[in-house]
Amino acid sequence: MVLPSPPLAPVDSPSPTPAVLIASRGEQLAQWKQRGAILTYQRWLAIIGGLAVAGLAVCVLCLQFGATQIEMGTIASALRQLLRTGELDAAELSPSAVIMMHIRLPRVLMGFLVGGSLASVGVVLQALLRNPLADPYVLGVSSGAALGASLAMLFGIGTTLALLPVLPLFGFAGGLLSLVVIYRLAQSQGRLPIHSLLLAGVILNAILTAFIMFITSIMEPNRSAGLMAWLMGSLTAPGYAMLAVFAVYAAGGTALLLQKAQTLNVLTLGEETARSLGIETERVKKRLFILTALLTGAVVSVSGMIGFVGMVVPHAVRMVVGSDHRLLLPASALVGGTFLVVSDTIARTILAPTEIPVGIVTALTGGPFFLYLLLRRKDRM
Amino acid sequence: MTSEAVELMSRQVSTENPAIEVEELAFRYRTADKKEKAWTLDGLTFHVEAGEIFGIVGPNGSGKSSLLKLLAGLMPPSGGQIRLDGRPIAQLRQQDIARIVAVVPQDYIQVFPFTVAETVLMGRFPHRPSSLWSLGIGEETEKDLACAHRAMSDTDVWGLADRLVSDLSGGERQRVVIARALAQEPAILLLDEPTAFLDINHQIEICGLISRLRAERQLTVVLVSHDLNVASQYCDRVLMLKEGRLSRIGLPEDTIRPDVLRMVYGCDVVVDAHPQTGRPRVTIPMGIGHV
Repeated sequence: MVLPSPPLAPVDSPSPTPAVLIASRGEQLAQWKQRGAILTYQRWLAIIGGLAVAGLAVCVLCLQFGATQIEMGTIASALRQLLRTGELDAAELSPSAVIMMHIRLPRVLMGFLVGGSLASVGVVLQALLRNPLADPYVLGVSSGAALGASLAMLFGIGTTLALLPVLPLFGFAGGLLSLVVIYRLAQSQGRLPIHSLLLAGVILNAILTAFIMFITSIMEPNRSAGLMAWLMGSLTAPGYAMLAVFAVYAAGGTALLLQKAQTLNVLTLGEETARSLGIETERVKKRLFILTALLTGAVVSVSGMIGFVGMVVPHAVRMVVGSDHRLLLPASALVGGTFLVVSDTIARTILAPTEIPVGIVTALTGGPFFLYLLLRRKDRM
Repeated sequence: MTSEAVELMSRQVSTENPAIEVEELAFRYRTADKKEKAWTLDGLTFHVEAGEIFGIVGPNGSGKSSLLKLLAGLMPPSGGQIRLDGRPIAQLRQQDIARIVAVVPQDYIQVFPFTVAETVLMGRFPHRPSSLWSLGIGEETEKDLACAHRAMSDTDVWGLADRLVSDLSGGERQRVVIARALAQEPAILLLDEPTAFLDINHQIEICGLISRLRAERQLTVVLVSHDLNVASQYCDRVLMLKEGRLSRIGLPEDTIRPDVLRMVYGCDVVVDAHPQTGRPRVTIPMGIGHV
C-alpha cells in the first residue's frame, strides 16, 4: 500500500468545539429556562392561571349586558347566594336576578365552553395538518355535523327524545360521517397525505353545504329562517341539564386532546419525522380526528357554525406563547372561551333588543385582530 | 506497527458485530394503477458494522433515500428483512426503533415557531413513558435536559437555545436537527444528504461533526450522499446502488473507481488520490466541448 496514511477525519476540518463549557450544566439550564427557550412549570402555571382568572372576570362582567342591563350588585348577590347555598330561592329573587340566573349565566357558560372547544379543535387540526390556517370548517366536519342537525330539524325531531339529546347526536353522526368519508377518500392511496385530505375537505364541504341549502329551501319559510340563523352561528340559553351534559363533553374532549399535547408537538414536524421519533402516526391521527369530530359535532349542534374562533385564537395564542402544545392547547381553550363570551355579548347588545348571530361578530372581530397580531409579530409566524 | 497498518486494521471489515443486517431486501412504491412498476429496491443483502461510517451512493432515482427510510423503519419493506442489533425490524414497535435509530432527514421544514431547545428536546420523545392516564403536560426530566444539553454542546448550537428554528441559517438548522437526533441517544444515526444545500464551509463543518460524533459516541453512521467526494473522504465503506440493485460495496478505494463509476453512472470521470488523505477523488473530466 503506497497511499499516505489517511486519518479518519480530514485534518483541516474545524471541529466545532462548544464555546460554552465554562458554566456548569445546571447554570446553563437555569439560563435556558430564564430566556424562555423551553416551557417551564412556572411559566405554564402563570399563563394558564392568568388566563383562567381573566376569563372568569370577563364572564362575570359580561353578565351585565343584554336586552336589559343588570346591576353588578344584583349579579354579585345572586352569585354569592348560589355559591353559598347551592340553589336560588326563586321567591326572593328580583326579575333581573331571574334573567341573570336562568338566561344569561347559562348562555355565558355555554359560550365559554363552545369557544374553548372550537379553539381546542382548531389547535389540533392545525397541528395535524401542519397548516396554521386549518380549522374544522376546512375539513368539512362542521358542515357534516350541521347537515346531521339540519336533517333532525327537517323531520321535526324534537331536541330531546326519551331524554336523549337528539340534536347533538345527529351532529355527532354527521360530523363523524363526513370524517369517515374524508378519511376513506384520502386513504384510498394507502396512507393519508395531507394534500389529499385538505382537497377532500374542500369538496366535501361544497357537497354538504349544497345539501344544507336544499334542506333550507324545502322547509317552511319561518322554520328555514330559524335554521339559517342557527347555521350562521348563534348561542342560546340552554337548560342547566343540557349545559351539564355539554360541559362533560367539552371538558372531557379537551382533556383527551391535552393528553396528546407532546405527540402534537412532534406531529407538527411532519409525519415522517414523527414516525422516526417513535409515533405510530396513522393510529394517533385516527384517534385525534375522531376526537375532534366528536367535539365539533357537539359544538355545532348547540351553536351552529361559528367560524373564525378555531382558526384565529390558536394562531394568535401561538404568536404570543409559542408552539408547545402543552401550553398552547389549554391557553387557546381559555382564550377561545373568553373571546366567544365577549363576541356573544356584543352580538346580543349591539342592536338590542334584537340579536345578531354571533358568527358575524367572531368573523368581524377575529379578522382584524388576526391581522394586527400578524403585523406586530411577524417573527412568530 | 505503522500508522498505515493500524488504519488498515481499523477499516478491516469483520462480521462479528453488525449493527444493521439487510437480507434480500425489496421495496416498491404502491401505484394506483394496476401496471406493475419496476422494483424500487430489489435483492439487497449487506450489513453495516457497528461503529462504522457507511455511505450509500448512486445516481438519482437509484433508491438511496428509499433504502434509508427502510432502514429507519419508516416504511415496511415489500420483501426480505432488516435486523437492527440482531432484532428483526418488523417485530419492533415504532418507539423501540426510535430508541435505536435516529434520522436526520434531507429537507427539514418547520411550520410552527418552535425554539431550538424545544426542537432538540423533541428528540427525547421515544424515551417518554407512555401511560394512558398521563396528561400531555409533564415536564422534561433531568435526564431529558441532560441529554439535550449534551447533544446541543456537541453540535455547538447551545448558544441558539432560545432562537426560533425558522430564523436559523441552513448550516445552523442542520446542526439543530443533528442535535435532535443525538438527543434520542441512538446507536445508529441515519443521515439523508446531510450536505445537500449547504455551502462548502458548512459541508466541511457537518462532515467533521459526523466523524467526531462517531468517535466520541461510538455511533454507527449511515449516510446517503450524491456527493461522491463526501462519501469517499468520510465513509469507511461505500455501497453503490444502481436502479435499486447493489452494484458495488466496499472500501472507497474499491468502489469509487473510474470503471465502476462508468458502469453505474454511465459517464467517464477522473479519479485520482486526494492529496491529503490518499482516498479517491472524483473530478469532472475535460469534456468534448472543451477546446
